[in-house]
Amino acid sequence: MILARKFYSSKMKGLLVLTALFVAVFGKKTFEGDQVLRITAKNEAQIFLLKELSEQEHLGLDFWREPVHESLPVDVYVPFHSLQAVRVFLRYNQIQYNVMIMDVQDLLDDEEREMVKYRTIPRSTDDFVYTAYHDLNSIYSFMDMLVAENSNLVSKIVIGQSYENRPLNVLKFSTGANRPGIWFDTGIHSREWVTQASGIWFAKKIVTDYGRDPVLTDILNNYDIFLEIVTNPDGFAYTHSRDRMWRKTRKPNSGSSCVGVDPNRNWDAGFGGGGSSSNPCTETYRGPSAHSEPEVKAIVDFVKSHGKLKAFVSIHSYSQMLLYPYGYTSTPAKDKAELHELAKKAIASLQSLYNTRYTYGSIITTIYQASGGTIDWTYNQGIKYSYTFELRDTGRYGFLLPADQIIPTAEETWLALMAIMEHTRNNPY
Amino acid sequence: MKTFCSVWLLLSLVELSPAPPASQEPPLACTGAPDPAPPQPETAEDMASTGDLEPTHYPARRAAQVALHYLNTHHGSPFRVFGLQQVHKASAEDVGAGGRKYKLDFSVTDWGSGSAGPALRCSADVLFPRTERHSAPEVQLHCEALHQINSTAQEDDAFYQKYISPDSAVSARDIPDSFGNMSEEMQPFWRLARVAASFIMLRESSENTEFNMAKVASVTQQESREEQLMLEFVVLLHDFPSQEIVQWKLLASWSPDRGVRVLQTEWQPRCPHATKPPN
Repeated sequence: MILARKFYSSKMKGLLVLTALFVAVFGKKTFEGDQVLRITAKNEAQIFLLKELSEQEHLGLDFWREPVHESLPVDVYVPFHSLQAVRVFLRYNQIQYNVMIMDVQDLLDDEEREMVKYRTIPRSTDDFVYTAYHDLNSIYSFMDMLVAENSNLVSKIVIGQSYENRPLNVLKFSTGANRPGIWFDTGIHSREWVTQASGIWFAKKIVTDYGRDPVLTDILNNYDIFLEIVTNPDGFAYTHSRDRMWRKTRKPNSGSSCVGVDPNRNWDAGFGGGGSSSNPCTETYRGPSAHSEPEVKAIVDFVKSHGKLKAFVSIHSYSQMLLYPYGYTSTPAKDKAELHELAKKAIASLQSLYNTRYTYGSIITTIYQASGGTIDWTYNQGIKYSYTFELRDTGRYGFLLPADQIIPTAEETWLALMAIMEHTRNNPY
Repeated sequence: MKTFCSVWLLLSLVELSPAPPASQEPPLACTGAPDPAPPQPETAEDMASTGDLEPTHYPARRAAQVALHYLNTHHGSPFRVFGLQQVHKASAEDVGAGGRKYKLDFSVTDWGSGSAGPALRCSADVLFPRTERHSAPEVQLHCEALHQINSTAQEDDAFYQKYISPDSAVSARDIPDSFGNMSEEMQPFWRLARVAASFIMLRESSENTEFNMAKVASVTQQESREEQLMLEFVVLLHDFPSQEIVQWKLLASWSPDRGVRVLQTEWQPRCPHATKPPN
């Protein structure tokens, strides 16, 4: 990401201008085979020869550093058609040189690729690169752009602040007042990068499909959708700056040098039970008390004050699973049969796209015992359709899923989310 | 002016010339209290049942993963690494001297041949001993058609010839990088690391763990010994139930004839949790 940061400088704009000028000056579309040579003249006589060379207009040379004095290197851009002649000349006169840029076109191609990938801040969400992983600033900009482009449909709510005072942003998709709601969150565990990336894609998908896809349009005409893309922004920033494998929040723990709480063990549902840790130095540390983490408390407060959420989906990676409560107890959820059937349907939809195999079941039987988890709490609050996803893959790349899998992952997952939303819409309670 | 601009352009081009993203800073040095030891379950809750097991649930899957690690230690190579595709049937029974034996019927695919590779059907017995101190599970494994899958002898040999030369000194970090990128050249090294890591994952497994290799932090080629490629790896393993990332340094040898051997392993404390040395 350091490479990306460099591109956001004014240098980058200057580079673009100059490249344009450069191309204009030479009137060429391609620089294949052209080279840049660095010449070291060893005496006055050689300098004189190089000056003569520079006057041979038919060679089309461009001296980036003119021959001035034997103590200074001479850099010359040599078009392909003149290379042979120039090298013969230099060799004949025993003038030392080396090739500084082997192939200018290659260099420009690579730069072009990088520039396209990390182009200056995208001007619209149509410009945004969905096939790459982005940092926090990029994602927050995306949100603002999406709202600006779709102000009739999308607004941004700040539900709280992270420990390090970053805003906890939630996108609200709404076509009317006082509606029941559906909630999605991604990135609660910061290292699970495919989830935040999918969240971005979901946001764009919603605005694209509203008014086009009859099922989604009908859902949005009756329910609001809330989407928190970066649920753990402090952790996310840390995965970019220091430790790609960071999972937890970034709140220090008193009496310990270890930082952070597992936000998916911090909820008031079986809090403190098996499948969570009391050791601050572990990845599943539950925290000093339920809802001690501001990132969690913000959602708790939001859910309680909204009062009418009907589906709640918390998205993680990896493992390829769709899970329903409970994680803290082996007592089956009251609605287990319905949740199981719906999971089966959702997974069938997901699999129909790229044949990605998912397993499904309750948390405690399918993945492991986990207490203090998000959807156990939301389910106990009365949000019947509470689910957790574990997205791609099954361990080959794990958290380091290649970016070219972002869109396929998001696309297939969306089909499952649509199945859940549709069922919610058709079964009001 | 044009010269100045051109020089500046040149310098910009050179400075911004494609380079891999800067690798992560190495983990903070640990001073004071060491990181927690390799994952031990906090409560050894005996959730597992005996008799027929649901194949998609974790007890069967964990046992299958152990069988998979065993398979890779025996049949993995720079061009072959197996991944678990599906568990078809599973059962478990308590055996004498307090161990539990799992019987498994499952399929694996070769990651080396891409996602289109054929599935291989395997059956395995995995015994988790119940001893005071942890001891490695015991595996008996049979995969049908194992010797019928396309041989990788050609690629193995080419790879071997390329890197056995005395000049060869491969050294790389972060495979894959934060974005999941891995160069073509590094893929066989990743696979070798995965195979070598399988020795560790197999040894460290219990009914309460489920290991994958999260990434290869570094590979450093050592001087070849007895015509074996010698590679020092630092790997990060991910344990699912505890969600811990565990770092191991290991020294492995490989040749087409002898396959992968792991000669030394060393657990390395990792301190991403600490922000400052404790007083």
